[in-house]
Amino acid sequence: MAQEITTKQLRKWLLAYATRIIENEAQLTELDTAIGDADHGVNMRRGMDILQKRLQEKEQAEEISAFLRSVAMTLISGVGGAAGPLYGTFFLRAATSPTNGSSIDLAQLTQMFRYGLDGLQQRGKAQADDKTMIDTIQPAVEALEAAVAAQQSAAVALAAARQAAHLGMKHTIEIEARKGRASYLGPHSIGHQDPGATSAYFLFETAAEVLTITGAD
Amino acid sequence: MIGLVIVSHSAKLAEGVQELAAQMAGEQVGISQAGGLSDDGETLGTDAFKILSAIEEVWCEDGVLLLMDLGSSVMSAEMALEMLPEQQRQNCLLSNAPLVEGAIVAALHASLGEPLQAVNKVAEAALSTPKLANAG
Repeated sequence: MAQEITTKQLRKWLLAYATRIIENEAQLTELDTAIGDADHGVNMRRGMDILQKRLQEKEQAEEISAFLRSVAMTLISGVGGAAGPLYGTFFLRAATSPTNGSSIDLAQLTQMFRYGLDGLQQRGKAQADDKTMIDTIQPAVEALEAAVAAQQSAAVALAAARQAAHLGMKHTIEIEARKGRASYLGPHSIGHQDPGATSAYFLFETAAEVLTITGAD
Repeated sequence: MIGLVIVSHSAKLAEGVQELAAQMAGEQVGISQAGGLSDDGETLGTDAFKILSAIEEVWCEDGVLLLMDLGSSVMSAEMALEMLPEQQRQNCLLSNAPLVEGAIVAALHASLGEPLQAVNKVAEAALSTPKLANAG
């Protein structure tokens, strides 16, 4: 029986994500000041403050799909800016992927991320190399899919996803923005790391840290 | 008679546009607004749930036209439409019109009882009406 990831672990993951974003608010603001409207740090911080409170409430959804839906609702109303509907859509769509109720295996976790990515692309109409969060999430999802195909463990798969996400995030430094506020800058956007790709990287960084601990809750 | 929804990052801007449009339309056109993030009315941003309630507030079978300011207003409005039941969604339309001019023109034509598509068409045409006599 493959290792299963429970709702509790997903909750722990998103609490870690919220903390990581809050710790890095200044960096996100700095990145978004260079090529955007300087609101990504503040918006994400506000959303994560609300998410933390929501995730620490006693009443928690047991089913993964209901849990992910409540995360989506919180982000839609709490984040603002473009990140609100984008992260909201990511989790709303992820909530529609197949589960075993209150647990998922690695293949289902991978599918969950794939559903989220597809939703994100439909919502933002962005492709790879547009210098957006897609540049982080897409290679990470592909790395997960490759690891699942090769029957790797969750630890190996999530480490590969983190590495792919990191490379994708760094790749946004080299390319010109074609979506979002940064696209108004054209070639001047080259040389700056995308703030959305950065906040999205933390999803995979914290997933690799939290979701591989066997039996953690 | 169709209803109108004004979507803006700013609650103040949304209220102001609603006020301007209502002045053109009189009392018979339902005009609601969804400005800023949900709770405080001061934080800039858009919230799909707030847009959803604004649609429900002015909902009628003739349809609802949504006018947005820019950027994530469009994404949040698209999200709100996806949350509606199919039958209502089919009678909602996102307008490409400029917010202020579009809302005023749309309110006026809505008050004349024109159908959804026709109102949107004149609202979108407000884009090409020059503001200055010697412009463009």
